[in-house]
Amino acid sequence: MTTKLFGARIRRSEDPRLVTGNGRYLDDLGHDAYEVAFVRSPHAHARILDIDVSEGVEVDGLVAIYTYQDLDGRMGEPLPLLIPHPTLTHGRTQHALARDEVNYVGEAVVMVVAVDRYVAEDVVGRVRVDYEPLPAVVGIDAARAAADLVHPDVPGNAAAVMVQESGDAEAAIDAAPHVLELDLSIERSASMPMEGKGVLARWDSDDESLLVHTSTQTSTSVRQAVAAKLGLPVDRVEVVTPDVGGGFGVKIVHPWPEEVLVPWAAVRLGHPVKWTEDRREHFVSSAHERAQQHHVRVGYDDEGRLHGLSVRFWHDNGAYTPYGLIVPIITSTQLLGPYKPGAYRVEFTSLYTNTVIVTPYRGAGRPQGCFVMERTMDAIADALGLDRAEVRLRNFIRPDEMPYDHGLIFQDGRPLVYDSGDFPASLDKLTKLVGWDDFEAYRAQARSEGRRVGIGLACYVEGTGVGPYEGGHVRVETDGTVVVSTGLTTQGQGHQTMLAQIVADELGVPFDRIRVTTGDTRRFKYAVGTFASRTAVMSGSAVALTARKVREKALRIAAQALEASVDDLDIVDGHVEVKGSPGATIDLGAVAVLSNPLRYAFDEAAARATQFATPADPDTPPVAPGEAPGLEGTDFYSPPRSTFANGMHAVVVETDPDTADIKILRYCVVHDCGTIINPMIVEGQVHGGVAQGVGGALYERMEYGPDGQLLNASFMDFLMPYASEVPEIEIDHLETPSPLNPLGVKGAGEAGVIPGSAAIASAIEDAEGIPIRSMPISPSELFDLRSRRSV
Amino acid sequence: MHVTMTVNGNEVTADVEPRLLLVHFVRDHLGLTGTHWGCDTSQCGTCVLWLDGRPVKSCTVLAVMADGHEVRTVEGLEVDGRLDPVQQGFMEEHGLQCGFCTPGMMMTARWLLDHQPDPDEATIREAISGQLCRCTGYENIVRAVRWAARHPGEPTTAQDASQEVQA
Repeated sequence: MTTKLFGARIRRSEDPRLVTGNGRYLDDLGHDAYEVAFVRSPHAHARILDIDVSEGVEVDGLVAIYTYQDLDGRMGEPLPLLIPHPTLTHGRTQHALARDEVNYVGEAVVMVVAVDRYVAEDVVGRVRVDYEPLPAVVGIDAARAAADLVHPDVPGNAAAVMVQESGDAEAAIDAAPHVLELDLSIERSASMPMEGKGVLARWDSDDESLLVHTSTQTSTSVRQAVAAKLGLPVDRVEVVTPDVGGGFGVKIVHPWPEEVLVPWAAVRLGHPVKWTEDRREHFVSSAHERAQQHHVRVGYDDEGRLHGLSVRFWHDNGAYTPYGLIVPIITSTQLLGPYKPGAYRVEFTSLYTNTVIVTPYRGAGRPQGCFVMERTMDAIADALGLDRAEVRLRNFIRPDEMPYDHGLIFQDGRPLVYDSGDFPASLDKLTKLVGWDDFEAYRAQARSEGRRVGIGLACYVEGTGVGPYEGGHVRVETDGTVVVSTGLTTQGQGHQTMLAQIVADELGVPFDRIRVTTGDTRRFKYAVGTFASRTAVMSGSAVALTARKVREKALRIAAQALEASVDDLDIVDGHVEVKGSPGATIDLGAVAVLSNPLRYAFDEAAARATQFATPADPDTPPVAPGEAPGLEGTDFYSPPRSTFANGMHAVVVETDPDTADIKILRYCVVHDCGTIINPMIVEGQVHGGVAQGVGGALYERMEYGPDGQLLNASFMDFLMPYASEVPEIEIDHLETPSPLNPLGVKGAGEAGVIPGSAAIASAIEDAEGIPIRSMPISPSELFDLRSRRSV
Repeated sequence: MHVTMTVNGNEVTADVEPRLLLVHFVRDHLGLTGTHWGCDTSQCGTCVLWLDGRPVKSCTVLAVMADGHEVRTVEGLEVDGRLDPVQQGFMEEHGLQCGFCTPGMMMTARWLLDHQPDPDEATIREAISGQLCRCTGYENIVRAVRWAARHPGEPTTAQDASQEVQA
């Protein structure tokens, strides 16, 4: 039997290309293309009075200038609202180019096409737009107060109000022995991949077809959106995702204005057109996430067990709602984490502000929910004088209660039912890993050295692998190479490696004979996209099912060739063998040749399948009924609902008694993503997530001025962690397989980021003895908290 | 303006606008797209290449400033088809995910190892602390550089690397 690759630390097949400078990212393509730059709004809220391009048209190298007035057909309509929801009563989306009003600094107003980006920027600098500024609504307080409106026809700036309830929470809280109320908040951050967005479009006027390359997390859906906007038949549009320099959620939104404008211009101009987002554009015209304010009311008993939980929160959705209510819906459901809340009621209001849109960023609403629930747990422990780990343990859903139905509806429109997990076992691993029970001795020792230290922990549950489906295609070529394709895209997670590991085992072929393609609609047309930690679950399962089909077909054909029974065959190292009969073997490439009856021999291998080469039953058609030529197959995986991964983090911090500097001394992770396909890749995902969690807890925030200017729209002022800020990460795994899919896997992509703010807040609070109610927290904010306490 | 420089050992000449950035010159004029750009403000370091043997952020160097000088990019790390141990280390230790920051990180790592063959973790973190990675959390980058330090004389070809599979 071939060595089992599922579960092994396989080095990535992506890497040789990427470490030699041979990656193909969006801006590495299309050197023959015209390039685009945009005139973007300098105002957070304004009416457009006039656009004067007369100075711009004099610039040498200009190709075209477009405003809203030039957009024809459906290009002139607002961009699609991707995920409608009955409670999203006041959904609004922007136009590809602003029509008569702008609603955030950075909104695209004029598109300039020129021979290169330098010239395009020259033209942008010469276009004059007259604006009549309107009052800007910035921040959740201003949006709630609604003294001014973002959209005049949206009362109270409320895009949606949504309530979910399981039991009578208010009554349960009122009847509980103890009641606590907390106000909690989290600020904005953003995905901030190292590569911004980018689009390249080529129109072939002879073929009347459009080829779009875009740095996206969903090529199939961009294809549909571009075809719809441009009024092209879908089969005239193909979308290819090249190497993508990170996504983290921001690239799942589509079509971005530029994603329809660039193809539209390419068709109009009959020439390749490209736009590559620069960093400032990414800050002011992509998407942010996180900002929410929560009010919690919780009822509990003397043991610290929850009787009822009521959460009211306000979510800043920015100027438009193209991605619907996904982020606050996730917050409102995933807030519950591994706990039984007793009765639960959650109500949120999704609010418009004159700022960049808010759409999922790794974690997608969960870091906020986790922060709220875990701060509540710590507050209960503090109020009762109980150990924080013990309070959590007492409220856990127990393994024998799985599957556990919360009585709520999740982000996929399906019931929120946890399928697996062993939370007490995970907590046990974590407390041992970090040395929870020995911490007081360490604290005392540190104190004797004049140092101030604290420990914190946080737990989460993450619904991963949401549907509706993904598919896979597997084909064995006549040289024995196996080509695998799935429609969803890759942004660096190692999908090629992970999917090849699965196919290698299922099909019995060597890893290095497998070539995996993702996110290319020319190869696979039906897919959803890469988000919600779903690739291993969805495409992993789909290619496994597909490989099994291809294996069955290979065995049927080989059985005939080897004159053996299918049951006696096995595939080892790319060869079909008769078990126990060494020498009775045929390689898969030869099986592929035989799978395709031929008239013409185009090469030596093909000659074996031509009509005079092999004796055949004269009464049977060369392609048997129910069969198709080729050793290939397609299959899909569609789960009934999400599978729920979980994890727990513990952090030790040291806070400087004088400067209030916050230093992470240890960061421990216990992670359960079900069966692990490649531990090296999973740990890499956890590392990266933790780094973003640390960033969100201690450094990253979008600083908007009251006028809606983003004051820190560059890496000079928006602080992302460098190697000097991210601690070493200690990881332990628990594997509780998911019963919902053929591989037993659960998603791992977002996990690392979710409990970062919650765990670090817990540790700082423990070190300082000051309640931490909002994140991120800077040394100066901690200093202020200390000063206020001492007053 | 006319510029002449040595890039990865080859002399190149070109007529460029005075405002052209070095990163755009190597990418768009020379087709060496392994050097990336990610911020335009010299914070992210995806554009790091060597100018006269020192790592620089090429988004804040004009092409004309490199006139008469020597440039080395990630494409110049591989010598005679043999990968640099740093390249091998990044593959061995999963030091990259999306790969966008990787060329810049490797150029800095190679410079570090040339000057300090056996750096400890803190030294490595300090050396790359002007460069951002949003994927890895840096831990495996540090391990990758340590791997390269431990294996100074074991270059492999990219071909070998893609064939080798360790179960």
